[in-house]
Amino acid sequence: MKALNKISVGILGTGNIGCDLLVKIQRSKYLKCGIFSGQNPDSKGIKFAKKLGVFTSFETIGAIIKKPDLCEIVIDATNAESHKEHAPILEKLGKFTIDMTPSNIGKMCIPILNLKECLSEKNINMISCGGQDTTPIAHAIMKVHPETNYIEIVSHIASKSAGMGTRDNIDEYTQTTCDGIRLFTKVPKAKAIIILNPAEPPIIMHNTIFAQIKKPNLKKLKSIIYSIVSKIQSYVPGYQLTLGPIFENNRVTIMNQVTGMGDYLPKYAGNLDIINCAAIKVAEEYAVRKLAIES
Amino acid sequence: MSDIIIIDSTLRDGSHAIRHQFTESQIKAYAKGAEKARVPILMIGHGNGLGASSLQLGLSRLSDTQMLKNARAQLRRTLLGAFLIPGFGTIKDDLAPAVQIGIDVLMVASHCTEANITRQHIEYGRKHGLVAYGVLMMSHMLSANKLLEEAKLMQEYGASGILLMDSAGAFLPEDVKRRVRTLVNGLKIDVGFHAHNNLGMTIANSVAAVRAGAKIIDATSRGLGAGAGNCQLEVIVAVLLKMGYKIDLDLFTLMDNSERIIARLMTKPQEIGTVSLTSGLAGVFSGFAPHAKAAAKRFGVDPREILIELGKRRIVAGQEDMIVDVAHYLKRKKTTVSDNPIEALI
Repeated sequence: MKALNKISVGILGTGNIGCDLLVKIQRSKYLKCGIFSGQNPDSKGIKFAKKLGVFTSFETIGAIIKKPDLCEIVIDATNAESHKEHAPILEKLGKFTIDMTPSNIGKMCIPILNLKECLSEKNINMISCGGQDTTPIAHAIMKVHPETNYIEIVSHIASKSAGMGTRDNIDEYTQTTCDGIRLFTKVPKAKAIIILNPAEPPIIMHNTIFAQIKKPNLKKLKSIIYSIVSKIQSYVPGYQLTLGPIFENNRVTIMNQVTGMGDYLPKYAGNLDIINCAAIKVAEEYAVRKLAIES
Repeated sequence: MSDIIIIDSTLRDGSHAIRHQFTESQIKAYAKGAEKARVPILMIGHGNGLGASSLQLGLSRLSDTQMLKNARAQLRRTLLGAFLIPGFGTIKDDLAPAVQIGIDVLMVASHCTEANITRQHIEYGRKHGLVAYGVLMMSHMLSANKLLEEAKLMQEYGASGILLMDSAGAFLPEDVKRRVRTLVNGLKIDVGFHAHNNLGMTIANSVAAVRAGAKIIDATSRGLGAGAGNCQLEVIVAVLLKMGYKIDLDLFTLMDNSERIIARLMTKPQEIGTVSLTSGLAGVFSGFAPHAKAAAKRFGVDPREILIELGKRRIVAGQEDMIVDVAHYLKRKKTTVSDNPIEALI
């Protein structure tokens, strides 16, 4: 394998998610950014990318249509509506597409649950930050207690970390998070709640997972949850268990928080980190395979 | 036509008072009474709206659709309304089924600084022929001009009116007047007010809102509601009539509904307890009170201290899970600090 070879990534969308992804890609051993493309030539994100010396465009997907060789992987950080237009184009161009929006088009991906299956797909969906955070825990609960009939997750994120994409798509965000939990855990009933918190200073992203279980085996739950948490920490370093599992009122409660790496937004924006770290994990695995084949 | 549109939220916000446990027969009886009293809009559902029945906020006895169907069957002239906070209910799981049952009115609410998360749901409501209102919750946390900016967004999305919600019951009449007047002058659509009674100001504040130009008043029978309760429907109607406003509601029937239906289902008197009073003073959501009481008991701290600390942290409705965290923090802090939290607040 050639030491300096990197796989080129195109980023669509120059908001908070796009910029944070860019920083993470710049740091990657296996990835480089081939194009950073948005709509507005004067956006904060475009200026940010230019400063880093990255090739930018304000024609969003048009830039990739014109020069498909700019990237092998495309990460779409625009919004659910736009991704509906982008998805068929990117498929035609043969790009491995990682969708950051809650469009629910591609295969839902939680790296520690189904990374391998996702690498052979053309379009994968990263669900949502809340989904990346809580689905693995919900999955673990169902493994220990398959009789669980209801799981509910609550994600609190700082208002400042929720850009217009999240706000315009708050409905898809909530629905997709919930659908993801239903899909991965097969729990009969699930609910997802997202709360944008305007508190100052901004709150660190934190999440609560509730499960209705009559007689929980807390010892077993604890051990499986601890092991899941350490696996998540391997690609999301700021992921931390803060409470539980505890049992009260016929429900098991688990809380965690995610401190961001402070790459683009400050450390409170753990929500950017958890979904972006997950996307980078997927992109890197894809790149590693590709580089191994090429060498 | 009345001068003021009265929205009856007894079976929505009022459900906090009985932990969202309305029965089918209670809903039927009250909806029938509201129709008889010529209530223009009757809101139905979990206290926090569609899709809010949850472990986080408390589970409803009945599903949203069960509640809406029971009310729908009783209403002819009275419009049926539902409430939704984006992030809790979704279009697919919650709003579309409510539209299917035949709601006429949709209130879409957000924390007062987050109006731009209400676009999808207001637009969906308008597209399906509903009257859509925007609701700015915890409106005491924002200045009049900032509230106007947020309200303008909801107006742009298609809202027919904007309600300011004094979720914490923290306003005094002057605060209400200033904010309502700014909205009335700056918007093309109606302005409304939804009061909470923590400082005993619901009637005074609702009157102040009307005097400042509000055209919508949101109230509940017997003041039924979270914590200290809401603006008492039959009282505000009586007061507005006495002030000379034309209000086409049957006051005596409103009184009968209060006396014969709501009084009988109440599990405790709707009074201003110490904890509710403290939450009004601290400016935190009144619905936190029962959670604060429970957490206080568990951790051996004063519930008033919990509420004051929640106010300091600017915790917003929907963050009920933070209450345990705060109680735990206060317990640890207790051994070292002995300042007076009320003093620190004022």
